[in-house]
Amino acid sequence: MCLGIPGEILSIDRSAPPTGTVDFGGIRRSVCLAYTPEAEIGDYVIVHVGFAISRVRPDEAAKTLAVIRALPGALETELGVGQ
Amino acid sequence: MKTSDPLGLACPVPRTDADRVLMGHGAGGRLFAELFDTVIGPPIGADPVAEDAAIVAVDGVGVVISTDSFVVTPHDFPGGDIGSLAVHGTVNDVAMRGARPVALTLAYIIEEGFPTAELARITASAARAAEQACVHIVAGDTKVVERGGADGIYINTTGIGELLPHAVVTAAGAEPGDAVLVSGPIGRHGAAVLAAREGFVFDLRSDSCALAGMVEDMIRASGRRVHVLRDATRGGLAAVLNELAHASGAGIRIEELAVAVPDQVAAVCEVLGIDPFHLACEGTLVAVVAPEAADDVLAAMRARPEGEGAHRIGTVTDSPAGRVTARTGIGATRVVDMPLGEQLPRIC
Amino acid sequence: MKYLDEYRDPVLARALLAELGGLATEPWTLMEVCGGQTHTLVRQGIDEMLPAGMRMIHGPGCPVCVTPLQTIDRALAIAARPDVVFTSFGDMLRVPGSETDLLSVKAAGGDVRVVYSPLEAVRIALAEPDRQVVFFAVGFETTAPANAMAVLEAHRLGLDNFSMLASHVLVPPAMTAILESEHNEVQGFLAAGHVCAVMGWREYEPLATEFGTPIVVTGFEPLDLLEGIVMAVRQLEEGRCEVENQYVRAVRREGNTAAQDAIGEVFDVATRHWRGIGPIPDSGLALAERYADYDAERRFGVGDLNATEDPRCIAGRILQGGALPTDCAAYGTECTPRRPLGAPMVSTEGTCSAYHLAGRTAAPQTSPAGRNT
Repeated sequence: MCLGIPGEILSIDRSAPPTGTVDFGGIRRSVCLAYTPEAEIGDYVIVHVGFAISRVRPDEAAKTLAVIRALPGALETELGVGQ
Repeated sequence: MKTSDPLGLACPVPRTDADRVLMGHGAGGRLFAELFDTVIGPPIGADPVAEDAAIVAVDGVGVVISTDSFVVTPHDFPGGDIGSLAVHGTVNDVAMRGARPVALTLAYIIEEGFPTAELARITASAARAAEQACVHIVAGDTKVVERGGADGIYINTTGIGELLPHAVVTAAGAEPGDAVLVSGPIGRHGAAVLAAREGFVFDLRSDSCALAGMVEDMIRASGRRVHVLRDATRGGLAAVLNELAHASGAGIRIEELAVAVPDQVAAVCEVLGIDPFHLACEGTLVAVVAPEAADDVLAAMRARPEGEGAHRIGTVTDSPAGRVTARTGIGATRVVDMPLGEQLPRIC
Repeated sequence: MKYLDEYRDPVLARALLAELGGLATEPWTLMEVCGGQTHTLVRQGIDEMLPAGMRMIHGPGCPVCVTPLQTIDRALAIAARPDVVFTSFGDMLRVPGSETDLLSVKAAGGDVRVVYSPLEAVRIALAEPDRQVVFFAVGFETTAPANAMAVLEAHRLGLDNFSMLASHVLVPPAMTAILESEHNEVQGFLAAGHVCAVMGWREYEPLATEFGTPIVVTGFEPLDLLEGIVMAVRQLEEGRCEVENQYVRAVRREGNTAAQDAIGEVFDVATRHWRGIGPIPDSGLALAERYADYDAERRFGVGDLNATEDPRCIAGRILQGGALPTDCAAYGTECTPRRPLGAPMVSTEGTCSAYHLAGRTAAPQTSPAGRNT
């Protein structure tokens, strides 16, 4: 549990409940934004069964990748050394 | 679900204990194979090797013949409609035996109340597709059923064609060492239909098109070294590869990252939790060819718009026989199994 | 796709595996409690590449698998009614009840429809006022806010033809039950990332302390899982037992308060029976009394349909991590995805199904070098 996919908010309709159009890699769908009231156009949200359940934090996402890329062996593996 | 096996005997021969046909039986995967093996095939004495079309000798001349039914809803989808789909699907089935399609029949089953304007549009679309594919629609039939049947319209076709010179193409023809090729990115038709049904906005178009011309170029380029041709329709790439592996008694090993999946197809699959290898294509074929012929066959495919995305995805092995395996991104090996039935969106 | 593809980089995955190889000195046993994580681990072959004899036990991470048999039977009874449109997520359609399943009910004429979102069920109820629309609300905490919104919307719209068959389960009580079990072998947990996106991870802190078990909130992509495993193993090697967050881009300690408020408004915590495990106190969600009108069990009076599991199915032991699918005598023979005896073989996230789809006929072979062929 559970299938949650990140998508970019393209537009927001602040009715009750608020909804938005979210883009997932080129395809778009209407998503309920009731649980991410702080999210703005351009933000990425994790969408599960048509609902945004969390806003993605770009700084944290970048940190995760940076830590992994800094691992000993990450660069060497990329260069094909030691295989 | 209790099995109908009260003595608890573990029998590896698939039995169907379904007393009713399920939607999944029409999805081209394991359920269908079971229904065919146990209910449909035996009374008619069907050939155990599953081919897209049959070769029948008429006065010593090999005639290729195939039949198909089209029940897609919605009737219109990005990239085609049920009329053009019917022509492309039939033409392709015949072409997959290494044949040039010559003619097809067009039989309609129409629901009472279906708009005649839509019927005209579908027929015009079929006619256009036939003209582009250089085949004639030579016979047909029209039946009307009461409101509630036929989902608007069903189309059944029969296609006939003549074997191309030097073509020996059969599902059982894969040999260890052969190259496994695909004519383009996978999953476009299935994703387009699914995305439309699930209310997505997208640019995806079905890949529905006639492949006969491309097949002719491939056979002309490499003749008997084209061993297997199969269009990846219901059940997708996974179903085709498993059918070939089973029919040929060989193994197939593919590189997961080598299989081209268009971004929007991948996106639909991610959001709905569906495997792109299980999505239908309607204008994409799998070719298994002798290794020395791979480059020539790829060049022949890429020379045409419908084959411009042709690429190699793997190799035929001698073991494990009948199994399709894939090397994953991190270097592990997983089995690519036959899809079971319908593709259902999941939450988990 | 952004925030997805980057976490599938094969080069970085191998670097993480190398890091793990250098870190692990003992054959640690970890458990993930999320079907989506099980799916990635098995499909990518990650659990077969773990070093030092480490192993992953697949926990009860699939709400489909742990839905009680009698709930399934009640769903089937409701779905068979001619006045009902029975809506469900796709996952539930092939789960076997005592005698049949939703797909077979559909084939026999039941109006069974797959929906992607619970709000679609509400829309159907609005569009078809003469039919009773029932939504099969299964899931962990991740899905509860969506299901809560469906009830709130139905209420707002004044719909009298919408109801919900609720079978929600909560993760922390299940983890507690596993940790308290005398057969427990789990030394560290990967907590389900999206469950925690909703609920936060405060509830896990007392568990980590009380049982001395590291818990790492983990995402779903290969790099997330590998990093989560690295973090758990690092804690074990250093003798720590804390809650850490790997899935920092989507999870905060307090979780999603708006979602938690909706859950609290619509549901009450209740004792739930977990298929294959048994009743666990305060481990599920039931509709709160003020929304009792939307409870399909009451509306249709399906009562207590008693059900017995197929004795050949060892789902209980598998869901608690005490056995692998390959330990089951019926696995792959009498029990296959085509003809499942129990839920873990049906659900795409079920452990048995994940194994079968990956073609596993034996337990994952890990070696000190952690490489498979």
